[in-house]
Amino acid sequence: MIDQRTPLLEVKDLEVTFRTQRGEVRALNGVNFTIEHGETVAIVGESGSGKSTTAAAIINLLPGTGKISAGQVLFEGRDLAQASRTDLEDVRGKEIGFVPQDPMSNLNPVWSVGFQVEETIRANGVATSAREVKKKAVEVLKQAGLDDADKRMRQFPHQFSGGMRQRVLIGIGLSGDPKLLIADEPTSALDVTVQRRILDHLDTLTGDAGTAVLFITHDLGLAAERAEKLIVMYKGDIVEAGPSIEVLQNPLHPYTQRLIAAAPSLASRRIQASDKKLGELSHADQSLGDSVDLISAAEERAEHLASTPRESVIEIRDLTKVFKIRTGGFRSVDFTAVDKVSLEIPKGTTTALVGESGSGKSTVAKLLLGLEKATSGSISVKGRDITTLSGRELFGLRRTMQPVFQDPYGTLDPLVNIGNTIAEPLKIHKVGDRDSRRARVTELLEQVALPTALADRYPNELSGGQRQRVAVARALALKPEIIVLDEAVSALDVLVQAQILQLLAELQSELGLTYLFITHDLAVVRVIADNVAVMQKGRIVEQASTDEVFQSPQQQYTRDLLEAIPGAGIKLGV
Amino acid sequence: MVFYVIRRILQAIPVLIGTTFLIYFLVFAMPGDPVAALFGDKQPNAELLKALREQYHLNEPFIVQYLYYLRDVVTGNFGTSFSGQSVNAVLADTIPVTARLALMAVIIEMIVGVAIGLVAGLRKGKLFDLSSLVVSLLFLSVPIFVIAFIGQFGLGFKLGLFPTTVGADASIPRLLLPAIVLAASLVAVNIRLTRGSVIETLGNDFVRTAFSKGLSRGRVIRVHVLRNSLIPVTTQLGADFGILLVGATVTEGIFNVPGVGQTLYQAIIRGERPTVVSFVTVMVLFYLVVNIVIDLVYAVLDPRIRYVK
Amino acid sequence: MSSNTVPRRSAEHFVAPVSETPVAAIDQVKLDDKRSNLWTDAWRDLRHRPLFWVSVAFILLFIVVAIAPGLFTQVPPNSQCVLGNSNGAPTAEHILGYTKQGCDVFSRIVHGAGASLSVGFLVIAMSGITGALLGSIAGFFGGWVDSVLMRLGDIFFSIPYILAAVVIMSVFAAYVNVFVIALAIGAFTWPSTARVMRSEVLRVKNSDFVMAGTALGQSRIALMFKHVLPNAIAPVIVVTTLSLAAAITAEATLSFLGVGLPAGVMSWGNDISDAQTDLRSNPATLIYPSIALTITVLSFVIFGEMLRESLDPKARAQR
Repeated sequence: MIDQRTPLLEVKDLEVTFRTQRGEVRALNGVNFTIEHGETVAIVGESGSGKSTTAAAIINLLPGTGKISAGQVLFEGRDLAQASRTDLEDVRGKEIGFVPQDPMSNLNPVWSVGFQVEETIRANGVATSAREVKKKAVEVLKQAGLDDADKRMRQFPHQFSGGMRQRVLIGIGLSGDPKLLIADEPTSALDVTVQRRILDHLDTLTGDAGTAVLFITHDLGLAAERAEKLIVMYKGDIVEAGPSIEVLQNPLHPYTQRLIAAAPSLASRRIQASDKKLGELSHADQSLGDSVDLISAAEERAEHLASTPRESVIEIRDLTKVFKIRTGGFRSVDFTAVDKVSLEIPKGTTTALVGESGSGKSTVAKLLLGLEKATSGSISVKGRDITTLSGRELFGLRRTMQPVFQDPYGTLDPLVNIGNTIAEPLKIHKVGDRDSRRARVTELLEQVALPTALADRYPNELSGGQRQRVAVARALALKPEIIVLDEAVSALDVLVQAQILQLLAELQSELGLTYLFITHDLAVVRVIADNVAVMQKGRIVEQASTDEVFQSPQQQYTRDLLEAIPGAGIKLGV
Repeated sequence: MVFYVIRRILQAIPVLIGTTFLIYFLVFAMPGDPVAALFGDKQPNAELLKALREQYHLNEPFIVQYLYYLRDVVTGNFGTSFSGQSVNAVLADTIPVTARLALMAVIIEMIVGVAIGLVAGLRKGKLFDLSSLVVSLLFLSVPIFVIAFIGQFGLGFKLGLFPTTVGADASIPRLLLPAIVLAASLVAVNIRLTRGSVIETLGNDFVRTAFSKGLSRGRVIRVHVLRNSLIPVTTQLGADFGILLVGATVTEGIFNVPGVGQTLYQAIIRGERPTVVSFVTVMVLFYLVVNIVIDLVYAVLDPRIRYVK
Repeated sequence: MSSNTVPRRSAEHFVAPVSETPVAAIDQVKLDDKRSNLWTDAWRDLRHRPLFWVSVAFILLFIVVAIAPGLFTQVPPNSQCVLGNSNGAPTAEHILGYTKQGCDVFSRIVHGAGASLSVGFLVIAMSGITGALLGSIAGFFGGWVDSVLMRLGDIFFSIPYILAAVVIMSVFAAYVNVFVIALAIGAFTWPSTARVMRSEVLRVKNSDFVMAGTALGQSRIALMFKHVLPNAIAPVIVVTTLSLAAAITAEATLSFLGVGLPAGVMSWGNDISDAQTDLRSNPATLIYPSIALTITVLSFVIFGEMLRESLDPKARAQR
């Protein structure tokens, strides 16, 4: 038997380099950590931190030109970094299982789900005869939570929902009874409620079997809630590691402190856990220069709110949108994306419209922006019903209401430079002359805290967060009163996300803007919104002030959503 | 699945009507008297001319002529060529030969193209990949009749490996050289496509997941990479079929293969318009059928298509 | 154990020295001196590729040859044909020897370039523009306009274009010139350009920046010209370059089949066709024009492939 005192996995001075056109780029600069038998460890970091590279390096499946350039990966004493291909094939699946990130792309679309489970079982020698293999596959899928596994074996991945596919992938990852399971962002592509159920399920399975788990995640709250030990990575280095609660409560490295201050799930939790007013909450270390603190952003909002009169600037009444869905035949089926939605948005405030994918929240945004035609109901903006406006009147109204969309990479025309992108609204609405427009572009770039030299640059020179800033500047160009933010920060890393949220809060108090903030993330809502409307299947199921919704949710669905915020279960000192 | 098949066939009907109309229009609405052209410089007998005009409905308005023709197509009656032989009989003689040639070429092309493309894709940027790029670009650029002459002159005449012409006996061994030539004109596209497809598939998450499950490299490549890469390659086969038909026409001419292409070519040169229309119609029909079949194969290969309600 | 090592027991709390892991400002704007968008990036990439320059050099050379053949050969292609020189061997003045009719092979090749290139460029001028126009209309309007145009494209696409050209050419046999032959080829090749254009327009039309433009109140036509077309055009240019190569091959094939340019017009296809009877005795007369034809087509194919690899991010990743 294996000596229980040797760690299950010991990573020593691990370096990984990628060969690029500009030479060798190092992705990991000597990483050290251990995982004990049965232990749950989480690596937390932003994109580019090297967390996923670490996971891939352990089973030697680095993408592209990446290779382990130094160090050891000792799995029960064997160095996997030096192991032969066939030895690695033996370790993978049988000793170390892997659960990938995106359930949509990790199952081969041309093979049935059963086939893909069975080949794993066969490859790892769990069973050999066709009957045994099939029996075991059904067992694995049942265990993963597919009740009718016998029938669904023959179905193909596209016939499964995202959550179901992730269950299958977890089943595959655990089918060889591995000693270690690497879960690389296993649920970040899923809705929060589904995420929670799947993680609970994974906890149960690995807990029962005594499997050690290495979580890779960007979500500090999730990591702390699920793992005993936290490893925080930044630019290829481990900057801090230790017991989860201790790291969260007493972060020592400035990067970790930053991350904690910016994590919406934790900020939301801190606000939640305290009965005090926002102003009395303890802040992250203010000595960190340009660091961001979501709680101070929340305060800023709360302060300016007190001084604003509350008249409705947008009134939505019984708004309904029905789409015709073609079913492949000659008939079509009606699909009600938005079902009798009524919503009032007070001037100068932030109203969050929250829901999971398919809830109809983005359709509401499109209807409000006049990008889709409503089936029935009315939307009045500043007292005028936009559903009945003529083209010219609508054109005028567009000046008062502008959107910011989710995907930072799609939101800017790659062939138009930043200056012209921001000036475009002015040109369309014939505002000012060339010089005054240029001056306005400079002013707007300063407002969103971007260097003015950016005006003659192109979008692909910018990061995602910077592109979103440009999108905000474009939205502000015509001095609108209302901004519709459709998942505007969802695609960004936590620190960048917090920075943009802070910017939005500042702009709101400075310019008296009204926000409609559409999101799936309740944690973000807690720090940015004054009022919340929760959508489910096209209807608004609950609508109240943010404090009311968080403190005394009326609907089960809202409670489920709140429960599912990662980190909700952690006890935090405030 | 059944619905998919029915829909695919229904979609082909307007295209078929459109193409036949187009062909008919091109051939018969053009200047010149098709019947007079038949006799060249000789002055035909007025009685005979009249009879021929009646027979081909040439005195009717164009649209009526077309409808007669469409009726004939639907009933599978392609009429008689001016030389008196029934077109159906000519087709019956020539189709098997061309089908054999085309099938041999496609098999050679698929095997060679997929094999080279797969290896090139797996060894991206290595010597093999670069050599296959050079060779495929070259084959992409050499017109088929040049390939045919090189094959005929080099492999047939100089080296004596193959007969230089086929003649009446179009058996498989005698068709080998024309089939290789035909395959050579198509293989470059296949190599490039397979290579690109393999590289794209290799980049898919599910391939990494397959490795992470502990499958052997060979199995991952066979079951997860090659199988998925074949989907676009198969689809391309349908589009390639047009090139194949044209290539067959040229190859048959050069190697004297008694197939559809050569007969069509001669009919064009002689100005036998009804024969030309019939043959082109049959080729287009064939093309549409092949494309329907390939779409069905596509549905078999890709369950996402198959299970659309 | 060095100071940079995480302790074995999980109970310990490790912190990396801040001096070794300094924390950078969040999302700092880092700009190098180069402006970068799709076209500048592509150009920067192409500039360093020898094959690109080789193909450009050949294309330019052939264009000059086509425009001014007199610069390259003093021998008139037809008038000095002496049957006594039939299939004659190369001499210092007639470096590639003689054809069956006793004409200078090199001179005929030089003078034949014009036909090939003009047909190639005329075809893309016709089918490229028609295809791009119909494709963008279909993609822009969608609905029944799209269905009608695409079914129309299917009809033209279902007839192999060389077969169709053969039929057209045989009908027009009396009036053949480069325009007619270009029309015969172009009439049936536009659907492939149209399909690419349409799918690109559809792709770009659904992007967020077009939606942002709509929300600003910009008209659909303005959006089309300002944002959609510029972002959709790159793949169409690639396809057009490749179809230029295909058109040159098609012209040669038609001439070879005897339904292309009239026998008196100098063209590589005609020369190859004429030379086939003497393939065994004098393969050179067939091989030289074939080489000229192949190099021309190859230059355009390589040019197109290089463009694709620089303009299409997917193709770039596959290099």
